Amino acid sequence: MAESYRIAIVGSGPAGLSAAARAAQLGISHVLLEKTDHLSDTIYKYQKGKHVMATPSQLVLRSDMDFEAGKREKILGTWDDQTAGHKVNVKYNAEAKAIAGQAGDFTITTTKGETIRAETVVMAIGTQGNPNLVRCPVGEGATVQYQLDDPGEYIDEHITVIGAGDAGIENALGLAADPEQRNTVTIVNRSAEFSTAKDANIKALLAAEAIGRMQILRETTSSAIDKGMITFDTRDGEVKVRCDRVIARMGSAPPRGFVESCGASFEDKDGKKVRVAGTGIEFSSADRVSYPVLSPTFETTTPGIFVIGALAGYPLIKHCMNQGHDVVEFINGNTTLKPADEPILVGKFKDLPGKKSVDEWLEFLRTNITILDALSPLQMREFMLDSEARFYRKGETIFERNAPGSSLFAIASGSVLVQVSPADPGITVPIGSGLIFGEVGLISGRRRGATIIAAEDSVCVEISRTAALRLQSQVPAAKAAITRISTERQLLQMFGSGLTSADLGGVLDGATIIPVSAGKPVITEGEEGDDIYVIRSGSMVVEKTVGGKPVFLSYLPAGSYVGEMTLIAGGRRTATVRAAVKSEVIKLSGAAMRAVMEQKPALLEKVRRDMAGRQDVNAFIEAKKDSFSGVVDMYSSVATFLVDQGVGEATDVLLIDENLCVGCDNCEKACADSHDGLSRLDREAGKTYAHLHVPTSCRHCEHPHCMADCPPNAIHRGPDGEVFIDDTCIGCGNCQRNCPYGVIRMDSVPPKKPGLLSWLFFGAGPGPGEPSKKWSYAHAEPGVEKPKKAIKCDMCSGIEGGPACVRACPTGAAIRVAPEDFLSVSRLEREES
Amino acid sequence: MATATKRATPGRVKGETLHDGFLRHRNFRWMKIATLLSLIAIAGYFLIDVQPRHNGGSWYGYGLGTIGALLILWLTLLGLRKRSMTRGRWSLKAWTSAHVYLGLSLIVIGTLHTGFQFGWNVHTLAYALMMIVILSGLYGIFAYATLPVALSNNREEMTQPQMLDALRSIDRQLHDAGQPLEHHLAALVQSSLDQDPFGGGLIRRLSGRYPNCATRAAQAAIRRETAYKPNLGEDPLEKVDALLVRKEAILARVRRHLKLKAMLEVWLYVHVPITFALIAALSAHIVSVFFYW
Ligand SMILES: Cc1cc2nc3c(=O)[nH]c(=O)nc-3n(C[C@H](O)[C@H](O)[C@H](O)COP(=O)(O)OP(=O)(O)OC[C@H]3O[C@@H](n4cnc5c(N)ncnc54)[C@H](O)[C@@H]3O)c2cc1C
Repeated sequence: MAESYRIAIVGSGPAGLSAAARAAQLGISHVLLEKTDHLSDTIYKYQKGKHVMATPSQLVLRSDMDFEAGKREKILGTWDDQTAGHKVNVKYNAEAKAIAGQAGDFTITTTKGETIRAETVVMAIGTQGNPNLVRCPVGEGATVQYQLDDPGEYIDEHITVIGAGDAGIENALGLAADPEQRNTVTIVNRSAEFSTAKDANIKALLAAEAIGRMQILRETTSSAIDKGMITFDTRDGEVKVRCDRVIARMGSAPPRGFVESCGASFEDKDGKKVRVAGTGIEFSSADRVSYPVLSPTFETTTPGIFVIGALAGYPLIKHCMNQGHDVVEFINGNTTLKPADEPILVGKFKDLPGKKSVDEWLEFLRTNITILDALSPLQMREFMLDSEARFYRKGETIFERNAPGSSLFAIASGSVLVQVSPADPGITVPIGSGLIFGEVGLISGRRRGATIIAAEDSVCVEISRTAALRLQSQVPAAKAAITRISTERQLLQMFGSGLTSADLGGVLDGATIIPVSAGKPVITEGEEGDDIYVIRSGSMVVEKTVGGKPVFLSYLPAGSYVGEMTLIAGGRRTATVRAAVKSEVIKLSGAAMRAVMEQKPALLEKVRRDMAGRQDVNAFIEAKKDSFSGVVDMYSSVATFLVDQGVGEATDVLLIDENLCVGCDNCEKACADSHDGLSRLDREAGKTYAHLHVPTSCRHCEHPHCMADCPPNAIHRGPDGEVFIDDTCIGCGNCQRNCPYGVIRMDSVPPKKPGLLSWLFFGAGPGPGEPSKKWSYAHAEPGVEKPKKAIKCDMCSGIEGGPACVRACPTGAAIRVAPEDFLSVSRLEREES
Repeated sequence: MATATKRATPGRVKGETLHDGFLRHRNFRWMKIATLLSLIAIAGYFLIDVQPRHNGGSWYGYGLGTIGALLILWLTLLGLRKRSMTRGRWSLKAWTSAHVYLGLSLIVIGTLHTGFQFGWNVHTLAYALMMIVILSGLYGIFAYATLPVALSNNREEMTQPQMLDALRSIDRQLHDAGQPLEHHLAALVQSSLDQDPFGGGLIRRLSGRYPNCATRAAQAAIRRETAYKPNLGEDPLEKVDALLVRKEAILARVRRHLKLKAMLEVWLYVHVPITFALIAALSAHIVSVFFYW
């Protein structure tokens, strides 16, 4: 007979633990299932001694478990004690494998084959998922592990690391780092290239191989693992290698599949068990970042199963704990409970005219703004936490042309005017209630294209980039609407020429958005075709074959178009256009464009002018190619090098002219001295070509990779276009892992140094630049714990005079450039002179 | 390109991407100013009639002396400017440019200030110290203008810590590979491991020559040893030989790196201390002039 409970909680992270504690307090019969042999595995796996942060600080904690910022060990210790104190019924080593049944009678099966019955299930399994397991047979006594906590633990061992992604490479390097440990490390990669790992890691790995510190097996898979021995399938056949320990780092499977199958019914299809569509737990979309569809009480589309915590899309510990508390209250029939975020929302609405309650405001916004229409009340709350509601008086400026900004605006009441012409503010286009504006910044991360002012007293919602992205993944209709509007506006803005949205109807109907991966062409020289491509995000390079070699003609940032030459002049494509980085283009049919141009001579005129400008550039380069072929080759290869270095997705990048750099490192020192004593740049590291050096320093990417997965949403684009990390950083290191250029470091702020003069005259303190670790340690304020946070270049925003690295370069070697300026022909013209 | 959305980045003029080094800064602005200053001083020297002859004590001499002394003090401030990262629209490159050219103009101003009267006294001492500072500075300009390219070419994207890491790793392999060797050969390897390959002081570092390099000696000796043996591909000596060749190559790179860095820095060890001596002598010079007045 299976054990039976009123509530079964799966996963003992902050969310599940808090839920279980509430259930225990309320005296509800419950069980907390935990996969591992300890509580809260995600936090358990944090680095030893990590300072755990309690953000957002305005949010009050509502839980029977205590939580405040502090060391990982202390928090876990408190939870262990309180779990025992509350008499929470925890079942360790109980990994839920399947959940079947319906509300009132669920059966949970664990991987060990136990079954547990429960009336309701709360899923709080987080998003870590399960590591992918080795598929080859593993013999008796062989050691296979999926995590490496401390590489220093192993000595004198033959260790094989399977999987050459970042995690595998970092583990292998860690194990081989100290020769005193005398480990023999082998890393196995399925293909010949290391496509998934960061450049810096690959370089370090190859360097380690070159100096014989480890062996890399390429195009190899493991075929059997036995005690003391591993067998590989290589290109040249079977190879046996001594092996005491296998560390498998082959990525992890997100928990989505398991979650979707909970409470689902299954049918047989081609001998396989598949889920019947419409049963189980539904996710909001097929996107990779998408969460289960939830009711205001966290109930999924399978009644009786609730989802909370990171799995529900709330990646901060405090959110998780509050939800754990709330969900049990809801299950217990409490209908009057106000969410803990209520005071934050009250604050957000307090400056709006008219007295409405939070719920009334949420409903007002949802019903008045078209793209929010499909949101549930819970989603609406969550949405507003990341957004701002603002009231603008008639005539007030909402944002200015060229101001940076990546947020989207929606008009809940009133209307606004767009000043479409920079020359004459009198020329305006209205946007009415319910509609959106500002979408260009959202899509390409570039500056605002026009000034917007309120046409009457209006209430608008400013939707942060994160909220907008989440909205699009939750509500497909919102995504379609935003895409159509943004495409239309981008075309109107780009072509100008008095076009109106009515003119573009035909073009837009045929327009398709095509993703282009880096290096792939959208137009190939010599091909037929008269379609026009508009670069929606990313950037492209234009190349032409001259004398058998591709010559770099120009760099096109997002917001430009290509392909007009064949449309106007006929003939074949005269150049190749390739994506410099992962990009998106809008393809417009040539025929539809031609029709518009026939109706609108002004458009034809504009496209002609643009084309003439480009033809001039092409002719210039081709002419130079004959007379100054060396210079053109140089220009072309430098441009290609920079694009390969990711400069194509940069908006502002630090370059060092090694014809001038004397290696004084004053740039690094200045950087440290302008930012709490921590340098955000490594001058010497990085690639060099033709004495142009791209140091390890932030490029302020157009679509910052670091922003992709920041739990507290602490990474923003600031007023000067800089990408910066604010104080709410929790030090989780996601951004550091996501940055392909290795420019983010995790560190704590060193103690304050004595002033420059006391150093100069009395030798006090460590002098200019970043103090040594030793000095910082010796001078740390005793008893004060300084958290390690993510640190990166902020382009010295807010510091008068601009970037310190450039100001402090004594020879003029350090320069900061925007790629569209730097990769232009003007460089060629100058070099020639 | 015609359709590119131009983003006016504040704080950056579009043309600044066409960057200049400190010598060409703003189209040689400070060179022009310094030349003008020198020309005016020279013209003044010839046009102004000072009786009985030009000397530091005439009103014109005082004028030049005051300008010179103030210049020296201002030039010294570069050291402070470089290290104090204050806010504001200054550029160290502009400061360096002005420092170089105004510093050079001191040759003219200082010399004219002396009225070509030299002797064994504190006045001439100050002048001589000033000239030493300027000459060392001239070497600095030369070094800054010519050596960075060599430094960049030599390191080939390797950072200094990476070079040293590579060296240590070869040493570890040498250590292991040397174990099975006969005693006298193992001793050779050991001598390469024991030696500090960059020791020997400043002169050695600047010359980049290390005649007593134990690695080279060991490699040569082992070559002699293996020269007459057939290469079977399994002789531990061959492995040691290959490792020593690699070590020599990386040593050569690091030595060149250190040499270039030393050449870029060594003059500062003259330039800066002598500047302080100069300021001391200058103070004595000024005090004595007013004392005897
Ligand atoms: C390095 C790092 C640092 C961070 N720092 C902070 C910080 O300072 N402050 C902050 O607020 N947030 C921080 N976060 C985010 C925070 O840790 C997570 O958002 C939070 O732990 C999520 O809680 P959860 O309860 O939803 O899931 P988790 O904490 O992930 O817990 C899920 C639990 O479920 C168990 N489980 C999984 N599957 C099953 C199954 N099938 N059956 C049974 N049990 C299962 C797991 O073993 C685990 O114990 C950080 C995250 C990381 C990765």
